[in-house]
Amino acid sequence: METIWTWCCDVLRNPQWFYLITTAAKLVLVFAVILAFVVLSVWIERRVAGWIQDRPGPNRAGLPLFLLRPFGSKEKQPLSKLLQFFGCPPDGIIARLCRWLRLDREIPTFGLMQPCLDGGKLFLKQEITPKYVRTIYFIMAPMLVLGPPLVAAAVVPFASGVDTHFGHISMCVANLDIGPLWVFAVSGLSVYGLTLAGWSSNSKYPFLGGLRATAQFISYEVAMGLSVIPLLMVYGTLNLQEIVQCQADSGWTLLPLWGEGMSLQRWVLFLPLAISFLMFATCIFAEANRTPFDMAECETDLVGGYHTEYSSMKFASFFMGEYAAMVIGSAMVVTLFLGGWSIGFGVDAWLADCSEWLAVLCQFIMFLIKLLAFIFFFVWVRWTLPRFRWDQVMKLCWLVFIELAVVNIALTAVILYFVH
Amino acid sequence: MKTTKIIEMPDSVGTADYLRDDADMPHELMTLNMGPSHPATHGVLRLKLVVDGEEIVSCDPVIGYLHRGMEKIAENCHYNQYVAYTDRFDYLAPMSNNIAYACAVEKLMNWELPERGQAIRVLCAELSRISSYFLGLGVYAMDTGAMTAFLYCYEIKEKVHNFYEKICGARFTSSYTRIGGMTRDLPKGFEKEVLAFCDSVEKTVDEVKRLLLHNKVFIDRLVGVGVITREMALQNGMTGPNLRASGVKRDLRKTNPYLGYEKYEFDVPVAQEGDCYARFQLRLEEVLQSVRILRQVCDTMPSGPICVQNQWGVLPRKEDALQGMEELIRQFMVSTECVNAPAGQVFFAAENPKGELGFFLDSAGGGLPNRLKMRSPSFCTLSMLPELLPGHLISDVGAILGSFDFVQGECDR
Repeated sequence: METIWTWCCDVLRNPQWFYLITTAAKLVLVFAVILAFVVLSVWIERRVAGWIQDRPGPNRAGLPLFLLRPFGSKEKQPLSKLLQFFGCPPDGIIARLCRWLRLDREIPTFGLMQPCLDGGKLFLKQEITPKYVRTIYFIMAPMLVLGPPLVAAAVVPFASGVDTHFGHISMCVANLDIGPLWVFAVSGLSVYGLTLAGWSSNSKYPFLGGLRATAQFISYEVAMGLSVIPLLMVYGTLNLQEIVQCQADSGWTLLPLWGEGMSLQRWVLFLPLAISFLMFATCIFAEANRTPFDMAECETDLVGGYHTEYSSMKFASFFMGEYAAMVIGSAMVVTLFLGGWSIGFGVDAWLADCSEWLAVLCQFIMFLIKLLAFIFFFVWVRWTLPRFRWDQVMKLCWLVFIELAVVNIALTAVILYFVH
Repeated sequence: MKTTKIIEMPDSVGTADYLRDDADMPHELMTLNMGPSHPATHGVLRLKLVVDGEEIVSCDPVIGYLHRGMEKIAENCHYNQYVAYTDRFDYLAPMSNNIAYACAVEKLMNWELPERGQAIRVLCAELSRISSYFLGLGVYAMDTGAMTAFLYCYEIKEKVHNFYEKICGARFTSSYTRIGGMTRDLPKGFEKEVLAFCDSVEKTVDEVKRLLLHNKVFIDRLVGVGVITREMALQNGMTGPNLRASGVKRDLRKTNPYLGYEKYEFDVPVAQEGDCYARFQLRLEEVLQSVRILRQVCDTMPSGPICVQNQWGVLPRKEDALQGMEELIRQFMVSTECVNAPAGQVFFAAENPKGELGFFLDSAGGGLPNRLKMRSPSFCTLSMLPELLPGHLISDVGAILGSFDFVQGECDR
């Protein structure tokens, strides 16, 4: 036992092994969280849509009670037995609450099982590859859509760092000095997936959808890149971990209410940063192919857009890719503009003084909460706004956003010049 | 080859500059087959589009996928039997069709309904108008990407279907009218429920207005798109809200009042622009006018019989038929031979949600028509497409089709 422990310590003392092991652990964590969030955001989408549209949404798919049988439950009605055991009257308030939660029929998951079961269904569906498609590209396309968002997530910091005996662990998979550039570059690759899907399907509607998607992605990438430049000028770094650290110390980009954030300089810079936020958030909508920018797959004119010919798990990959892009997009907005993992108001530093591990845990939870809030916003917009027309989307990008972004950069530069 | 068609638009709608033909480059044209099962074509319309990139060069609508030979069937049905078929014309407003058909045959018979019967028919016609308009608006909103408005609208439609169920027992295929009356009287307290429903309609209209009508994205998509000028509309025989959106004030309820529509106060909203946005706006306005009529009908609902009295051709009350010889014979005769119509020809058109639904009846006497011809508004509306669509984008097809609010059941018959 002792020898194993010392051997472990020895391995960890080696900086290379330490780096590899911690990175692998972080990688697994991030991957698991993103995939969980993809499922979760499907559920949020449906529940919020239901809420917006005055209907219940998925609330029926719970775990059936027969799952309890292997654990010794022979009862047909475990709830009534349980209520009896605790001495609750069968029509009292507790019993009614339990029945409202459908505890008498299933173990409630509030419909959370539905996306999981949907995934299972898609997995088991017949895999159709039409004869007339270009098979290699047809199969490659969904991978190219799902892959990039997952890779882009590597640079998003989800908590600050901890100092251990063996060295410093920074809580993001790859602490690169080119954070935003990495995200733009990698997530830009998914355009190949859409183009290939549209082209290799060898069918007219996917073809139009693929063309639209390509043009839209490329255009909005330009606008997106330009829109964050003011922010990078203000923070003076491209390292996302440092940007978030700055925000933790001196106020979030959009909420400079503590530390140095209270200074006049930051408040003068608030205008360009707010414009930058609006543009960046809109571009994220366009990049994630969500309403009001879901040109590539708007079902009322293009049936299913680029994934019309896909079925089963290949279709699910597109579906998951879209949601993964949405999660990563939200994570980027949260990181750049809403303080990333920072809890704010100086709580981070105070927590870090108490215990670094506690701080990391709280920050991680805070990050997830912010992420969920922004995903909620995504969904909210989708179920409220109508869709743009195709040419209007392009016009908005090339005639409004890019000009505005350039003006915004100039404005930031002028302000920075005079304030310093 | 210059293929783009420049559409002249009224000044107020501005210019749609995507219609510009920018280069004389050789374009490769593509034939895009939209339908018969496509989400934008509401039912089974098929459009053979020739597109230049995203721009439509020509459009060839193919109809008839829902053809059931309704007009021929009419020649082998008693007048009363055919009522059930009229449900299937414009299946989004079955009551309106029932009423239009019954009125046409009554015109042939030269019968006049008692006051209560007329009021009930007005009530049903306006209820189904509201239901049909709301479905049209909702689907239209969905075609432009706004899913939520569809469900708000559908809620109203559901409520109207609940009313149908209360009135005649069926939610969808109502078959409520008979020649010379209705199958049954309104249930007790129905007027009160309708008045409560009127309030909820107004609330939903307000919601839809706030959600869409003042929405920048929605306005950008629809203003100046699918402009139908007054002349085009008249040439193609458009009727109903689509015609009124093009600046023609024509509403049969005002011009040729039937069923006592002259007794009720309501306005005929007219829009001048003739674009998709005007059609959306106009339908919302017309819903409010229908609500106005509904309120007046409910407030002044007369009492009395609902069927034509003392006419050989209307079913007697069941109790009478079981006790009186004369009534029993009448019951038998009406069930087997229906009304004994005089020989002659008659045309009657009613202002239905989709436009003017006309029935031409050629009778050689007896219980069967010699020939029945329908004038269906959706057919005339769709005949506009080859002229209207060229020059628009593929994305506009959904918006334009949605704004027409057509129904294939009526177009194909």
